[in-house]
Amino acid sequence: MANKKMAIIATKGTLDMAYPPFILASTAAALGYDVQIFFTFYGLQLLRKDLSNVMISPLANPAMPMPVPMPVMVQMLPGMESMATMMMKQKLKKHGVASLTELRDLCLEADVKFVACQMTVDLFEFDKSEFIGNVEYGGAATFMGFAGDTDICLFI
Amino acid sequence: MNFDKELNARGLSCPLPIVKTKKSLADMTSGQILKVISTDTGSVKDMAAFAEQTGNPLLSTVEEKGEFIFYMKKK
Repeated sequence: MANKKMAIIATKGTLDMAYPPFILASTAAALGYDVQIFFTFYGLQLLRKDLSNVMISPLANPAMPMPVPMPVMVQMLPGMESMATMMMKQKLKKHGVASLTELRDLCLEADVKFVACQMTVDLFEFDKSEFIGNVEYGGAATFMGFAGDTDICLFI
Repeated sequence: MNFDKELNARGLSCPLPIVKTKKSLADMTSGQILKVISTDTGSVKDMAAFAEQTGNPLLSTVEEKGEFIFYMKKK
């Protein structure tokens, strides 16, 4: 019997939104799925060799649990994003959640295929040399070629 | 229960216990038993789901002092 398939479109490049694609992809691969992730728009940031600049912002993110209630005027102060990111990373580590780099490596190890949106790469003038090597470049039609035949297809 | 290999997944959160279980099974032979120790409460349902979807039978699930111990047979 042919393997089940899952396709994910990853469109976000913040720390909180970077986790779901990699968690679901690595899990599906462990369950025997053929998995492909199509990275487009801000999702392309998740293909950088160095993921240390992937951040989370408390601003315009009212659902983010905060240790103390924080007025929007305070959230917009310089350094708040770095602080929120640092705190989130500490929390993730404390709870034994893998780092983004670790999860991405697990995906690659499990043969999850990464496809980067060529149009967005050109649009934002990204330098492909800043991305990891195991990436193919393609457009919407490339994605459909795989996604059209999947059991699970997600837009994140 | 006798086992052939042990995976210490203590302190790891989703999806690591599952992903590491899959990796541990990869270099075992059919019929061998893998023991997995996890502290992730979510892993109880996830290990059962993994077993069902991959066809590797989950022989037993025991909770002991806040730890979950699974015995899985490689198909």
